[in-house]
Parts: sequence; structure tokens; C-alpha cells
Amino acid sequence: MHFDSSILIPVLPEIFVLTLACIVLVVDLFLKDEQRIITYGITQIGLVFAAVIALAVAQPDTQVVFDGSYVRDAMSDVLKVAIYLVSFVAFLYAKDYLKDRGMFKGEFYTLGLFAVLGMSIMVSANSFLVIYLGLELLALSLYALVAFNRDSKQGAEAAMKYFVLGALASGMLLYGISMIYGATGTIRFDELSTALASPDLNNMVLVFGLVFVVVGLAFKFGAVPFHMWVPDVYHGAPTAVTLFISSATKIAAFALAVRLLKDGLGELQMPGGWEGWQGMLIILAILSMGVGNLIAVAQTNIKRMLAYSTISHVGFILLGILAGTQEGYTAAMFYTLVYAIMSLGGFGMVIAMSRRGFEAERLDDYKGLSHRSPWFAAMMLLLMFSMAGVPPTVGFFAKLFVLDAVVSVDLTWVALVGVFFSIIGAFYYIRIIKLMYFDKPLDDSPLTAGLDTRIVLSLNGLSVLALGMFPAGLLSICTAAFGG
Amino acid sequence: MIALSDYLILGAILFSLSIVGIFINRKNLIVLMMCVELMLLAVNMNFIAFSHFLGDTTGQVFVFFIMTVAAAEAAIGLAILVVLFRSRRSINVEDLDSLKG
Repeated sequence: MHFDSSILIPVLPEIFVLTLACIVLVVDLFLKDEQRIITYGITQIGLVFAAVIALAVAQPDTQVVFDGSYVRDAMSDVLKVAIYLVSFVAFLYAKDYLKDRGMFKGEFYTLGLFAVLGMSIMVSANSFLVIYLGLELLALSLYALVAFNRDSKQGAEAAMKYFVLGALASGMLLYGISMIYGATGTIRFDELSTALASPDLNNMVLVFGLVFVVVGLAFKFGAVPFHMWVPDVYHGAPTAVTLFISSATKIAAFALAVRLLKDGLGELQMPGGWEGWQGMLIILAILSMGVGNLIAVAQTNIKRMLAYSTISHVGFILLGILAGTQEGYTAAMFYTLVYAIMSLGGFGMVIAMSRRGFEAERLDDYKGLSHRSPWFAAMMLLLMFSMAGVPPTVGFFAKLFVLDAVVSVDLTWVALVGVFFSIIGAFYYIRIIKLMYFDKPLDDSPLTAGLDTRIVLSLNGLSVLALGMFPAGLLSICTAAFGG
Repeated sequence: MIALSDYLILGAILFSLSIVGIFINRKNLIVLMMCVELMLLAVNMNFIAFSHFLGDTTGQVFVFFIMTVAAAEAAIGLAILVVLFRSRRSINVEDLDSLKG
């Protein structure tokens, strides 16, 4: 059999990240503890290179390789570059945090890179098997990362909860996949959508499978009522890991949803009214926005608060996906990318505030930040306004596009519910701004964050404002990703 | 002759048992992990049955991958269990209550 090596070109970014992870693993063995900065350097340079390679193999037409299990299209190009760059920033914020707590080890970067590889594979999957393998590679790396601080009771507990619920979710997803395979006889997404278009299918088995797939997906996304793990994992994991989980993996979760629901099960969006995935996603989205925003109000720990805020943002992303139109997918992608930037900034701020022996986890720790560091208080202000959806920050446009997409498919009531809950959500974001600007500081020591963290955090905060003033660039990238 | 539906019912029973096990079990994390493994095996049963009755080998290939991933998952799970036991001296599910809010 002849092997055509040109099929390797679309997979180059993944091959590169895999090689990088292996190199980091081996090189790290030969380094002393004070030389770990080399591991960090290789990882970061490698991630930038990976983004460059992903851009270099990008082209307008879709390529399907490896007997149809792997696809490289406009969406995968954008999402891969986004994942590499977001992971780059996440690792950059993480460096000082890990150093201060004796966790600056090579394993962090090896596990992180394998997680990035898993996300990349999910983004490009064109069959259930590939998407499952990518998902597990990501999940297994994340379980280990959450327990990265071996001496922390909370870390181990969070990792155990994450592991059990994550494994449960994978089981649900697989059970659904087995049903869909049984009903259609294929696991490839392109063949699946052709098979689903024919009317003589066993509808009962299909709907059964679809329910399990959506439940598994909701678990992985952290949508209500399958959100139990999110606050505990965000709270218990080291902040550096929380940052990574909340930003980069949300992009991967979006890709997972689009590949499964749009590419694979697109025919089942609403075959008979409420039987399709649109109805299920409406329930998940409304519950996520409601429960996420309401419970976030009651939190006193900022990591838990941001976890519930993630849940409510997931509700908005699902709103865009459930519209099922090109406009809806574009809006959801825009929202996901913007959310990744905002959560990088939010958790980056938590890392910048904390130092050795002190985790800035309580909301009270943010009191009077404007006296201690006016500039970073302003950055946090921008990020919080953006999460709340206040113009001219980009969070406003993200919400606007999603709501617009939902209204244009005649689901105005869903959009109204979304607006209602985001008003409730504004309360706890603005409370942080109130604490920063109108309360007396509990401790007057200046911030100790390093120069690189300061620069990137400033860029991060300003990018939220800049993208809000000029959203057209990012929007056109997202539109192009869905062939618009 | 055993029909496809019999295999599916068996798979569904195994799957339900594992879910019930995960939610009812309040004592031992090891039992919880056994439930997770049982769940994956229930899925394997489904895949093999479908694969046989469809006359298509894809399902069997999928099963091999699931078994490999299940082994890796068990390894990670047990590693986390060891870390947990070292910090708490207990693997009781009810003791996992320090994260709340």
C-alpha cells in the first residue's frame, strides 16, 4: 500500500505539539531545579511556533485526511491558533505562581502540552473515535494538573471529584456514541450526516443516543444541571491550573460541541420540535444562565465566583450554538474567544494579587485595590465590565451577537431570559468594582507581580477595550471560520 | 439465537448499575472507580453487539481504544487516590467535603 506523505501536512501542528511535549519531557530530566526556566522557555517558544505552523498550513478549502477521520478547515485553523496563544498566556501567568509555591516543575509543562495536543485533536476531529481520544487526552492531563500541588488537601479532593465526574461524562458520551453507531453504522461525521438525512432510521435509538451525547457534552462544558464539578475544581486547583482550565479548554469545549452537533448530528437539530438537540440546549442554556448568575451572587471566594460566572457564560455560548445558523455559530465562536481572553485576565489578576503564602482568593482581598495599584484596578475594572457586558468593552458585543442570532431564529423569549439573567449577573461583577474603588484596603502592601505578568496583564485588559471599540476584525475572522 | 435487543438490554442494565453505584456509594472511592470501569465495559458490550449485527468492524476497533483509555484512566484515578489518602488518611467518599459554597 502506498503511503502519501502529503496527508501529514494538515496534521503538522499536532505533530509539532506532540514532538514538543516529548522534547520537554526528556530535556527536563537533565535539568537542575534552578534551570527549570529552560523548560519554560522551550514550551513557550514552541507554542508560538505551533501557532505559526497552524497559520502556515491554513487555507480556505477543507482537507479531510486519514480515511476521513481528521479534518482541517477554516474553523480548526482559527481555533488552533487561539488555543496555542491562550495557552501561551496562561503558562506565562502561571510561571511566577508556580515558582513562589515550589511547583515550578517540568511536569506542569509536559502535562500542559499534552492537554494542548488533546484540544488540538478535538478541534480537528471528524469521527467519534478521534474526538473521544482527543477529549480523553485533554481530560487525563487535566486531572493530573488539578492535583499538581500534592500537599494540598483541597487539590486532591478537587482532582478526585473532577476525575469521577469527568469519567462519568465520558461514559455517558460513549454510551450515546454507541447508540448512534448502532443506528447509523458509521462513526464518521460526514457519513453520519448523510445517513441521518435518510428517513428509514430507527428514530428511538437515535434520540436515545442523542440524549446521552448531549448530557456528556453538558458535563464537559459545565452546563447546569451537570455543573457540580466546576466550582469545586476551580476552587481546589492551583490558580495557575484554574486559569488554564477556564480559558483554553472552553475553546476546546466549543469545538467539541460544534463538531458533534453541527458536523455530526446537524440533521437532528429539530427533527420533530422538541426532540432535537435544539430543545435540549435551550433547557441547558437557560438553567446555566440562571443558576450560574444567581449562585455567583452569594459567593465570597473569587475563584468560586468566577466558576459560577463561567457557568453563566457557558449558557450564552450554548445560546449561540442552539440557534443552529451560520450566524449563531459565528456568534458563539466570537463569545468563546472573548470569554477566553476575559477569563485569562480575571484569573491572571488573581495570580498577580497573590504572593508566596497568600492567595488572593477572598473578595475582601480586592478591597481598596485602587489605592494600592490604580493601573491594575483599572484593568480589573475593564475585565469586570466586559464580563458583565457593559459597552464599550467587547463583552457587550459578544452578548449582542449571540442574542441577535437567537432572535433571528424566532426564539425571542430565550433571548429575553438571557438578558434578564445577565442583568442579575452584572451585580456581582460591579460589586468587585465597588470593593476596589470605594472600600478601604485590608492590607497596604504593593503588588509583587513580575514585569512580564504586569505587561501581559495590561495588554490583556486593554485588549478587552480595544476589541470592544473595533470588534469587526475578530468578527470577520469568526465569520470566515464558518464559510461566511 | 440471541437477538441484538438482548445484548442492548444487558448493556443498559450494566450501565444503569454503574450509574446507581456511583450515586449511591457513600463509603469507598475504590468501589466508585470500579463503577466507572463497569460503565465503560457496558459501552463496550454495546459496541461489540452492534458491530456483530451490522457486520462492520469499526465498533470492535473502537472497543480496543476504549479499553486502552480505560487503563490510562484507572492509572490516573489510582494516582489521585494515593495523593488523597496521603493527605487525609481516608478514602471515604463522605470525607470529601472541604470544598463547599
